[in-house]
Amino acid sequence: MNQSGRDVWVYVEHLRGAVAEHTYELLGKGRELAGALGGRLVAIFLGEGVHPLTDTLGAADSVLCVEDAALAGFTPQAHASVLRSLAEQQPPRLLLFGATSMGMDLASLLSTTLRMPLVVNCRDICVEDHRIIATNQMCGGKLLCQAEIADAPAIFTVLPGAFPAAQGKSDHPPAVQRIATPVPLEGLRTRFVRLLEPAAGDVDITKAPVLVAVGRGIQRQDNLALAEELAGLLGGAVCASRPVIDQGWLPVTRQVGKSGMIVKPRFYLALGISGASEHIEGMKGSELVVAINSDPKAPIFEVADYGVVADMFDIIPALLGVLRARKGLAA
Amino acid sequence: MNIAVLLNMVPDLVEDLELDASGTALDAQWMRYVLSESDEHALEQALLLKDRHGARVTVLALDYGDVDEALYSSLAKGADEAVRLVGIPREGLTKRAIAVAFREALRGMPADLILTGVFAIDDLDGHVAGLLAGLLDLPFVGVTRSVEPVCDDRVVVQKEYPGGLAAEIEVDLPAVIGVLSAPQPPRYVPVARIRETRRTRAVTAHDVSSIEIPPGPAILRLLKPEPAKRAEMLAGSPEDIARQMVAILQERGVLR
Ligand SMILES: Cc1cc2nc3c(=O)[nH]c(=O)nc-3n(C[C@H](O)[C@H](O)[C@H](O)COP(=O)(O)OP(=O)(O)OC[C@H]3O[C@@H](n4cnc5c(N)ncnc54)[C@H](O)[C@@H]3O)c2cc1C
Ligand SMILES: Nc1ncnc2c1ncn2[C@@H]1O[C@H](COP(=O)(O)O)[C@@H](O)[C@H]1O
Repeated sequence: MNQSGRDVWVYVEHLRGAVAEHTYELLGKGRELAGALGGRLVAIFLGEGVHPLTDTLGAADSVLCVEDAALAGFTPQAHASVLRSLAEQQPPRLLLFGATSMGMDLASLLSTTLRMPLVVNCRDICVEDHRIIATNQMCGGKLLCQAEIADAPAIFTVLPGAFPAAQGKSDHPPAVQRIATPVPLEGLRTRFVRLLEPAAGDVDITKAPVLVAVGRGIQRQDNLALAEELAGLLGGAVCASRPVIDQGWLPVTRQVGKSGMIVKPRFYLALGISGASEHIEGMKGSELVVAINSDPKAPIFEVADYGVVADMFDIIPALLGVLRARKGLAA
Repeated sequence: MNIAVLLNMVPDLVEDLELDASGTALDAQWMRYVLSESDEHALEQALLLKDRHGARVTVLALDYGDVDEALYSSLAKGADEAVRLVGIPREGLTKRAIAVAFREALRGMPADLILTGVFAIDDLDGHVAGLLAGLLDLPFVGVTRSVEPVCDDRVVVQKEYPGGLAAEIEVDLPAVIGVLSAPQPPRYVPVARIRETRRTRAVTAHDVSSIEIPPGPAILRLLKPEPAKRAEMLAGSPEDIARQMVAILQERGVLR
């Protein structure tokens, strides 16, 4: 096997001029894996005018920076075709992506076009005598699956939060190699048009000290009134998991998680939320988490400080009663 | 426009998940399958395109679980044709094999737009939408929240990013789109209408047994995670629990 055949590549995600925090988590883990495999850690950075951002990527042995106007706005096709060409020239041992909007698209595309095996949604990846063992998280966090990849190049997507970012951060600047795109990027069949900012004007849930979060367990839109009253008495706001937002019961500005907001309130009350990793990503920085869920096996109890296994519609009225009484309000 | 919607059945998380004797697979005997949530959104996205701009919608699904329920319910909601893919066993079916089966079924079928959910809760060796796009060498965007036609052979999609941000991306047809959510919640169809559809409409079977099933990663074991840290559980009557919660909030200075 040649030297590059032991390398670990990390795809650097960036949006609006900033490297995603998750990339440092990958670099930290990538460092460890490259050490175990006897290869180098290479950060792959695609974009336009992005090389100043490479300063923060010193955890990597080198940064391969491909700059082209067609890579400025992310499209899966443009980024995948550059990655494919690079990997065909010098196949890495491991190619790491975030289990993110960008990473999910690229990993699946490349897995078929490069014929490389893929394990998605990894909570862990380790090297055991040249075998790679990946722990995939599935079924909303209720199952872990340990899969082995034989001695061949492979792709992984890694759940945000699975590894600490600190090991992936470094003050010393990396060696940067800037190259032109190895494949023509004209005439692609997908074109980035623009970024759409989220609608402003609603409550900013990232600023609320207390959040009452409702999930699919809230069942009906009418029941939101209960959560609103709780939030009022606790001095906070109501937020939600994705299914509640998808129903149109609350504006997208109230969504917590992977495609929603990252919140760190002093108190997070999770009502009828199962605790999928995409949700946990957005709220695990909360100071105090209490979860009410009728399923004792709900993964939300892994991240909560206190849990109640019950029907929320039994607990909420009692809680409202105690809170009203404290305020001297009639029950 | 011809739209193909690919549906996948996934384990119902409302049921307890049991492992089989090998410890490397779920025990099918105890498992119920439901339609994958993002596929429901993919179907809704297709039906919205049909309602607003006119389209012919064909739904396809592999034959396992109560797939007929999903197919007839799609017809009742407004799909024009439903196809059940038969001839390959569910056991050990990887996402790549599912993508290969869909590619086989789509051969010779006019499809300008192939819509499917961007993920399923049991994804291990990839996400079907992206795998299929790679196999077909078609343009692909995943994690979308809307798909709108621009002209006959082009759509514009919104791809979601963190913080409520999205990118608008133009995609030439034919293309594969991995839908995360439709612009509106999946429509509801009464059970009586589904029952009637079962009497009046037909699902066609399409044999895909000729495909070569690609190997997947070797599964060493499945495990139910033993949480490293677990919440302290509050018990008692609802009033007891409410008082304990308020006491905790006072102690932590959340309530004064
Ligand atoms: C790319 C991508 C981005 C995503 N982004 C996000 C995101 O930003 N935010 C997000 O939340 N999700 C996101 N998701 C979706 C995520 O995977 C889950 O589907 C979602 O978080 C589940 O929401 P839930 O917990 O409310 O619903 P479910 O998983 O259906 O859980 C409902 C829970 O309510 C409980 N329950 C039911 N009735 C009651 C009752 N009466 N009392 C108490 N408990 C009850 C049930 O036991 C269950 O645990 C994303 C997914 C993808 C693929
Ligand atoms: N990506 C993740 N998704 C869901 N749960 C997680 C994830 N990472 C860690 N956890 C859980 O969160 C808790 C704290 O994890 P850690 O920060 O790794 O110590 C543990 O109970 C883990 O099981």
